[in-house]
Amino acid sequence: MKRKGIEVSKAIAEAAKLARVEVVSAYPITPQTHIVEHLAELVANGELEAVYLNVESEHSALSACVGAAATGARTFTSTSAQGLELMHEILFITSSLRLPVVMVLVNRALSAPLSIWCDHSDVMAARDCGWIMLFCENGQEAVDSLIMAYRIAEDKRVLLPVIVNVDGFTLSHVIEPIEFPEQDEVDRFLPPYEALFKLDPERPVTFGAYGMPEIYTEAKYAQEMALVSSKKVIKEVMEEFGKRFGREYKVVETYNMENSKVAFVSCGSINENIKTAIDLLKKDGLDVGLISLRLFRPFPSEEFLESLKNVKRLIVVERSMPQGATNTPIFNEICALIFTRKLDLTVENYIAGLGGRDVLPQEFLELVVNPPEKDHGREYKVLGVRG
Amino acid sequence: MKILKTLEKYMEDPSLELVASGHRACQGCAEVLALRMAFKVLGKNTIVAMATGCMEIISTPLPITCWRLPWIHVAFENTAAVASGIESAIRILMAKGKIDKKWINVVGVAGDGGTSDIGLQALSGALERGHRLIYICLDNEAYMNTGVQRSSSTPYGASTTTSPPGKKSIGQSTWKKDMPKIAVAHNIPYVATACPSYPFDLFNKLKKAKEKDGPSYIHILSVCPTGWRIPSEMAIEYGRLAVRCGMFPLYEVEDGVYKMTFKPDTLIPVEEYIKGQGRFRHLTEKEIKEIQQRVNSEWEKLNKLCEITKP
Amino acid sequence: MAKKMEEYKWQDLNAGCVIDEPGNSLQYKTGEWRILRPLTDYSKCTKCGLCWLFCPDNAMRPKEDGFFASHPDYCKGCGICAQECKFEAIKMVEDKK
Repeated sequence: MKRKGIEVSKAIAEAAKLARVEVVSAYPITPQTHIVEHLAELVANGELEAVYLNVESEHSALSACVGAAATGARTFTSTSAQGLELMHEILFITSSLRLPVVMVLVNRALSAPLSIWCDHSDVMAARDCGWIMLFCENGQEAVDSLIMAYRIAEDKRVLLPVIVNVDGFTLSHVIEPIEFPEQDEVDRFLPPYEALFKLDPERPVTFGAYGMPEIYTEAKYAQEMALVSSKKVIKEVMEEFGKRFGREYKVVETYNMENSKVAFVSCGSINENIKTAIDLLKKDGLDVGLISLRLFRPFPSEEFLESLKNVKRLIVVERSMPQGATNTPIFNEICALIFTRKLDLTVENYIAGLGGRDVLPQEFLELVVNPPEKDHGREYKVLGVRG
Repeated sequence: MKILKTLEKYMEDPSLELVASGHRACQGCAEVLALRMAFKVLGKNTIVAMATGCMEIISTPLPITCWRLPWIHVAFENTAAVASGIESAIRILMAKGKIDKKWINVVGVAGDGGTSDIGLQALSGALERGHRLIYICLDNEAYMNTGVQRSSSTPYGASTTTSPPGKKSIGQSTWKKDMPKIAVAHNIPYVATACPSYPFDLFNKLKKAKEKDGPSYIHILSVCPTGWRIPSEMAIEYGRLAVRCGMFPLYEVEDGVYKMTFKPDTLIPVEEYIKGQGRFRHLTEKEIKEIQQRVNSEWEKLNKLCEITKP
Repeated sequence: MAKKMEEYKWQDLNAGCVIDEPGNSLQYKTGEWRILRPLTDYSKCTKCGLCWLFCPDNAMRPKEDGFFASHPDYCKGCGICAQECKFEAIKMVEDKK
């Protein structure tokens, strides 16, 4: 295990190298660029034995990953915001073809107005594309998640693509002390990719046949069952990672939940400010918890419910504004669970940190002690919106 | 079978049928015939990436496939990118010793819409990057799979469901996009036009493409009896007429050198090609004359290109 | 041999709906589409094989004696073989199934 101070984007590229990715296919977009630049460098220097494909668009970036993964190679791509939108069509096909492509999505707000800064509108617009989705709070988690992502994606019980979400700038561009596992440790944890089916002249198979109404439902149900049951493997992999590398992850992480009757629900780097607020409140003798979704797809319903413990009030904070929806995506998932399980809980919905807007610990603290009124007849409140 | 002996010049095993019977192409489909012929030459060590379109739909209704080759369909516009990924994977897996080193043909196949319209960007990227792949455009001159809508490859004057002739329209109002020359502009080792009506010419070109250590682009005119509104048995004959009148010249561009591979002594009038086709039935004599003039000048240009690029 | 579409349960499908029976389309008999069928006058046939070469369905197949016959399961009756035969050995006749 080596510990060094490094920009998170570079660390992610180093993690991809540790995972021995074989085909890197990407198109530059801020704030993803530092990841792919460093990968290009590693390939150019001969430090990583891989093909670096300079494609002409994100649509082609993912399409080439699909072709490469179907041929049996370990593939990596990375993008942000508009890039993910351009990939949108292929996102669904990648998961339907059950190809274990891994993508680091450096979260950025969607245009317009054009913004290069962070929020989760990109991933949330693609939330039902059949990919496994992980969120990270810091650089170490990004590195570890990427290594785990390959192990999860390529497990023959799973065979699904994974998006590792990393907040743009606030996470991707900061320098953090990061522990890198040794190559041989990673090799033991992550064996070479062995495809179940691949494009091989010795054993010809057909990928991407079309489905008539008589069979389409079964095809989609089979895919859904694979995604839903991947959760078991994800938990196994996280546990094994913990045993091998000493950092154990859970699909739902909690902070200060033991005695809390109030809890935040959130994901990504914003959690660090929420935790600061929680610490400040604790000094004043008020216990507030945080439920952080490390896994968003498949939605970890049982683990989420288990994490609730004694909570009576949930404060859901999300970084995207789904236009025209009643509420935000994670809030909707949670409320569906609370309703169907007939739980006695109040749930509040806040939108914060859009397009890179900072949200300070003090603002989270305020939500607990002095919750603002909803406005304009909406079922949520947008923090800090003027007017 | 005498013909098999002749074909041995072009392919390892002429009796090989890599596109199995039982596919659902229309009667007299010269597009699926082009595939049947092309893959005879390319042989078993081939991986196919195919765009959405007629050939994809007729060949793979789950759980049925007519492919005896490894085959993948992803979407409409990204065939060249998918093929790039396949070629890259093969390259790295061979380098790492994970698969045996042998010659594998990576082939992208798309229709004229999937090539000259929606797939042009991905194709340009793949050609520019220099992957060792063969890209085949099966040009039936419209979006046939969705019901005969015009593409940029539809010839001037043709009636399609989205370029209907009427009081204010002659049908398709633009001239056919010159896709092979766009491919040539990428300075790739090999570009050729072909047509299954001239099988030996087609075989020869695929054989050359197969041997190139870089991208090749093969543009195959694929007569569509359904979309062109001609009798099914005339599919081969119309391909011949298209070539003989100069509307679809057979040529190749090898390392920038243009060469006619079939040069009729005299061109037959385009009218002979146009007159029997339902898609051109509405054209007046004046309009046919206009097409004739265009064909003449294009033919002349092509001949000049052959002259000036001669080494 | 693949089952009929409507007999598939979701568990029966390969991951990614991959089909691992190359060329199983042989079980789909396109011969049922046919109205006309080719009839060869073998006295005119020179065994040149053009009918085989131009058949989009690979339905015109060589027999042991070197002549060609259309396969009833796959010939769609398009008539290309008859049109292209240089020796007028093939004509299309009504198919009495």
